Amino acid sequence: MRGIWRRFGHVVANRDVSLDLAPGTIHALVGENGAGKSTLMRTLYGLLQPDRGAIVIDDRQVHLRRPADAMHLGIGMVHQHFMLVPTLTVAENVTLGHEPQTLGLFRRRRAVREVESLAKRHGLEVDPRARVGALSVGAQQRVEILKTLYRGARVLILDEPTAVLTPHEVEDLFRMLRELRQQGATIVLITHKLAEVKALAGHVTIMRAGEVVADAPVEGLSIEAMAETMVGRPIPALQAPSARPGATIMLSVRALDVADDRGLPAVKRASFDVHAGEIVGVAGVEGNGQHELVECLAGLRPPLRGEISIVGHRCTGRSAREHFAAGLAHSPSDRLHRGLVPDMNLGENLILGRHHDRDLGAGPFLSPRRVARFARPLIEAFDVRPPDPDARAAGLSGGNQQKLIAARELSRGASVILAAHPTRGVDLGAVAFIHSRLMDERNAGHGVLLVSAELSEILTLSDRIFVMFEGDLVYEVRAQDTDERELGLYMTGRRRGPR
Amino acid sequence: MSTAPLAAGEPVSAGARDPRRLLLGVAAPLVAIVLALAAGAIFIVAIGQNPFAIYGLMIGESLGTGYGLGQTLFKATPLIFTGLAVALGFRAGLFNIGAEGQIYLGGFAAALIGSAFTGWPPALLLPACILAAAAAGGAWGAIPGLLKARFGAHEVINTIMMNFIAFALVSFVGRPLFEPATVRTADIGAGAALARLSDWLPALRGSPANMALVLALAVAALAGLLIFRTRFGYALRAVGLSAPAAAFGGISIGRTQALAMTLSGAIAGIGGVNFVLGYKHFFEMGFSGGTGFLGIAVALIGRNHPVGVVLAALFFGALSYGGLVINQQVPRELIDVLQGLVILFAISAQQVLERMSRRLA
Repeated sequence: MRGIWRRFGHVVANRDVSLDLAPGTIHALVGENGAGKSTLMRTLYGLLQPDRGAIVIDDRQVHLRRPADAMHLGIGMVHQHFMLVPTLTVAENVTLGHEPQTLGLFRRRRAVREVESLAKRHGLEVDPRARVGALSVGAQQRVEILKTLYRGARVLILDEPTAVLTPHEVEDLFRMLRELRQQGATIVLITHKLAEVKALAGHVTIMRAGEVVADAPVEGLSIEAMAETMVGRPIPALQAPSARPGATIMLSVRALDVADDRGLPAVKRASFDVHAGEIVGVAGVEGNGQHELVECLAGLRPPLRGEISIVGHRCTGRSAREHFAAGLAHSPSDRLHRGLVPDMNLGENLILGRHHDRDLGAGPFLSPRRVARFARPLIEAFDVRPPDPDARAAGLSGGNQQKLIAARELSRGASVILAAHPTRGVDLGAVAFIHSRLMDERNAGHGVLLVSAELSEILTLSDRIFVMFEGDLVYEVRAQDTDERELGLYMTGRRRGPR
Repeated sequence: MSTAPLAAGEPVSAGARDPRRLLLGVAAPLVAIVLALAAGAIFIVAIGQNPFAIYGLMIGESLGTGYGLGQTLFKATPLIFTGLAVALGFRAGLFNIGAEGQIYLGGFAAALIGSAFTGWPPALLLPACILAAAAAGGAWGAIPGLLKARFGAHEVINTIMMNFIAFALVSFVGRPLFEPATVRTADIGAGAALARLSDWLPALRGSPANMALVLALAVAALAGLLIFRTRFGYALRAVGLSAPAAAFGGISIGRTQALAMTLSGAIAGIGGVNFVLGYKHFFEMGFSGGTGFLGIAVALIGRNHPVGVVLAALFFGALSYGGLVINQQVPRELIDVLQGLVILFAISAQQVLERMSRRLA
């Protein structure tokens, strides 16, 4: 790719970006959210057309008007959100659009055979007859990779491939990618996890604000150096967990049963306490009941049985409003769906849940001036950009949206903070900021329950860790006594341990 | 979301202070209207007429003379009410297709009270009639609202059905009350009549435009105040824009939506007074004549904003009176075609411009 420019309105997403991909390499493309790496890759995949610049493949300049053009030239992309039909089998999904057929009839057995041999050739373990909906996330990702290979891809673009995987699945994926590299494939890894870059890639291109700021072999680059290049400034180190938890119980959960949307048990007899001055981490692969647990603790999902107390107030089965009143703050996992009203402005989003406060207006009225006056210092303190109470929340970057939620929730004066995936899809600068704010909360003597799929986040922040597997809290351990490997074993059910 | 096709691409909320976004928001309906008129011109040429002459005549007659302007205002008045009703529902994430039944019952209730207590003084009878109209329409909106809140029953289906029930109910309950051998009620008392605007503006002489227009503008102002400046309006918009986030903020979705439907119905109900108290001074079966349904188009073109709704209602009012004027040159159906085209283009233009505004952001 030579000198690619691409603008969106006033924003230049790619400014004179050049990228050379050699065959048989794993090339990492890193940068914060909004650095322009997705734009670049969408251009390479034919989803976007550059304003200026050229794409050259095998010494020939090409024009990619649509993904089909890119696929034709051997470029395949595995999206972060899989594009699979859950009710079809693996073989059907892989061959979809390119089915082996005779006289318009689908040749199922031949499809199965082809997919089987393709999978074997590339060391991708998956049963072609299995229904995709029944597969684990890791297996679904293998299906996606197979799909691109089936279409003859020689260049494989993977967008944040490890975001949804367990540690073991990550290891499997890395093994497969190395094998594909051996066979001569070019792999582009879009990520912001620098440890993965170090572990897997041979070459790294770092982007910041639409430009390439570094392009070098990974060997000889430290993770810290990469991080600073990516963010453009040194990242402050986080202080290690130090405070000693107090004896006061801030959140108490006893024998809690919660059902999921289909009415099936999602949380089974959960019992635990969160003390003052303590961060308790809940680790687990997503979909093991954490979501239902958090929603129940926030009063958004009634429990079947059991008891919840917030700072000594019994809240079981009460409304979300009463949970707030008892001293809870909640940073929900799905920021665009639950956490924010994207089409409202920052000020309106900051008053969500306290729009009944007296100082925001007289009687039934809500004064926009007073809302803005309330919002401005919060926006400043939490460094939300742009710092404009009238800006729409939808226009913010993921990191700023998360800071906006943090600003609202951490300013409630709550004693119990429920933080679900507080840094998912957030750039490094914002991660550091949010982490230090959560630490501040703990050090101020509040209780924090941190639910995250990011093990490194759980391990850095937590004082105590629970592992959740299939609705059970299967393991409890002090943070300093464990590591990613051990937690991974419990998260995947390979070990069920003493509590 | 229950309001899939229409409300989906709609969110032009407060916070749209960015002038470019505002411009796009205004542009969509205007582009739609221009395109619809252009498409209508093809139709006019096809029947051998000059579109410029036809459109010129329409504009001249519906806006250029005092009488025509009065007719336009008269036709726009109920559309302001039904447009506001539908817009308020949209703001809460609800698609109220029941404005037709609500305005119909509102007019009926106003006529019942107005003709039953003919002896009351105006200061008592007039407010009583208006309140009766609001209550009847409100009740008709509350039923599907409560069904939605309590059982999750879809308001689109239920408001459509409530329309049929309203028509049937009036012809069943009304029959013994109607004047012999007619489908109208007795005249309302003089105290219930709304004054003609021509009493103050002689230029409008002869037209039926009446004080219901002033009432409509007042209701539009109140609706704007409610939506954008009150705690309830905040909750209502939060529910409409993102129900899960509203629930997160401790807002009761069911209660908010039930109340929004009741208010929506009440606003549509008051629309009935334009005809009953302001024009004929009795209720007549079939008087609503599609104003409730046209209210959906008004809300759509007006982008669910009270100011936009008033402007859109005036446009449709002019279109509807202009259609009567050009009756001799082109078939009256042209107006129905134009109305349909405007809606068609409005939906498409909105999607296109929405995409453009996303690129701006």
